[in-house]
Amino acid sequence: MSSSSLSRSPMAPPRSFIWSRRIFLTLLAGFVLVPVYVMLSSSLKPLSDVTGKFRWLPSGLTIRPYIDIWSTVPLAKYFMNSLIVSVAATLCSVVIAVFAAYAVSRYEFRGKRVFTVTVLSTQMFPGILFLLPLFLLYVNIGNATGIALFGSRGGLILTYLTFSLPFSIWMLIGYFDSVPRDLDEAALVDGCGPLGALLRVVVPAAIPGIVAVAVYAFMTAWGEVLFASVMTNDATRTLAVGLQGYSTLNDVYWNQIMAASLVVSVPVVAGFLLLQRYLVAGLTAGAVK
Amino acid sequence: MSATVTSTVTPEAAVRKNPSDPAAPGPRRRRGERIRRIGLPYLLLLPALILELLVHLVPMVIGIVMSFKELTQFYIRDWGTAPWTGFGNYKVSVDFSAPVGKALLHSFFVTVGFTLLSVAFCWLLGTVTAIYMQDNFRGRGFLRALFLIPYALPVYAAVITWVFMFQHDNGLVNHVLHDQLHITSKPSFWLIGDNSFYALLIVHVWKGWPFAFLIVMAGLQNIPKELYEAASIDGAGMLQQIRRITLPSLRPVNQVLVLVLFLWTFNDFNTPYVLFGRAAPEAADLISVHIYQASFVTWNFGTGSAMSVLLLLFLLVVTGVYLVLTSRGRRSADV
Repeated sequence: MSSSSLSRSPMAPPRSFIWSRRIFLTLLAGFVLVPVYVMLSSSLKPLSDVTGKFRWLPSGLTIRPYIDIWSTVPLAKYFMNSLIVSVAATLCSVVIAVFAAYAVSRYEFRGKRVFTVTVLSTQMFPGILFLLPLFLLYVNIGNATGIALFGSRGGLILTYLTFSLPFSIWMLIGYFDSVPRDLDEAALVDGCGPLGALLRVVVPAAIPGIVAVAVYAFMTAWGEVLFASVMTNDATRTLAVGLQGYSTLNDVYWNQIMAASLVVSVPVVAGFLLLQRYLVAGLTAGAVK
Repeated sequence: MSATVTSTVTPEAAVRKNPSDPAAPGPRRRRGERIRRIGLPYLLLLPALILELLVHLVPMVIGIVMSFKELTQFYIRDWGTAPWTGFGNYKVSVDFSAPVGKALLHSFFVTVGFTLLSVAFCWLLGTVTAIYMQDNFRGRGFLRALFLIPYALPVYAAVITWVFMFQHDNGLVNHVLHDQLHITSKPSFWLIGDNSFYALLIVHVWKGWPFAFLIVMAGLQNIPKELYEAASIDGAGMLQQIRRITLPSLRPVNQVLVLVLFLWTFNDFNTPYVLFGRAAPEAADLISVHIYQASFVTWNFGTGSAMSVLLLLFLLVVTGVYLVLTSRGRRSADV
């Protein structure tokens, strides 16, 4: 026993470990995949397959649900709304977070700790606590100034970008800290202002962290339900609320619901899986340290 | 430390080396730089600050004010004119012998039980998986991507798939348990009645554990390999290495991870809302949905706000106690 463990490198675990790992990971993969399989297979089934007893295999494959989803509810409109809101919220959130994180990472100033603690602690607030006041605030701002925040995409963008802001700032502070200061000092010596140093040196060096933050911000906005259900109207409804349209009708078109779910998931899941390396790298360099 | 070095040295260096504005008188120029240097960080923070104030802090203050008002639908248009009720809304919320208070207390206990179980499962699954996948093997990258799918899926798309699976007549769960494995004598209801608690838990763990996995995985990459090499030369087995090196090194990561999981789960609205719709079954009546119903279904914003403030106070206390306890534990472990 002792001689074998001496010769074993830490990268070559014992056989019992390998077998328990195989069993565990297989079971877990099953748990993770079953709903994904249900979503995919049901989206290709004829309606009779999803109204009767559940079938693992479709009686026949059809792409009909993928055609019908666009006419049963105005899915394209919801899709556009979600896209506009999420892209705008992501862009604003990333830019604002880059500036804020740069200030915290590179400067000493009064109130720095108060700022970071306050921003992070907003994560603790129950959404429900500021949902009602924000709703009233937006309505009142609208009445007083004529700027339509309630029911508009602008109001939703404003709300969503603050949701991802705390985590983004926190993660970027860690990431910027890991970018050597010599780099921006050199840029300053070369005659760049502080902003030039940020944009030409620090940002390019921190691209993985920034990509990770953008992915997070986009996912946050794309998946939010609570505020979308209160703050949107027929014209600005996003997917989060719009998808419920398939089940309030007399028949529940489960094959269409699954097809629509798949369609709205593909952009985020594909983007996330492509960029997840950056997220792990960003977390390792920044947040988790 | 190096931050102060940067901010004191470089502007002068920049002035000296910059040939384009040579004639600026030294002291005045330097004072301008000074003001800019002090002002700049605040300027950079300003957008974030304004937005956080507008969307989080101001509404929170309004929410606290609202909780002292009798804010029913008659006063929505102009909520400032609603009459004050002092602690009236709070009295109604915590009067546990009356229906409103009783329902809130029940919802609170359901949420506590749900949160503890969900956080425990998410953390356990995430940690075990991350440790199993710490060293390289064939298919590791593929599995990692696969395990992150539930996290990447939009909540509503993921949860609505589970709603389909939990259907009484045409769902997968009843088909497997009843028709294929014959475990249950008749098909069960999953989205109403007592089972709804377990349905909610399963869905939430399914969706939430990859986040724990992601964070622990990132945390593991910061553990120096030399530690494992030294331990294995000393004859420490796999399990011992995990217990003596991996888990202690993860402590700071876990401190934040568990807290974040706890807060997100406790405040979660999206999962129960999509799973059950507006009327959550009693067994799965999470606090956020409960308050939402108390506010938007009955249009009684005052009581809803009071409940939200109580929820926030509870979370503040729990977070404070948690941070004190875990930080003290960590310090004594270091000694």
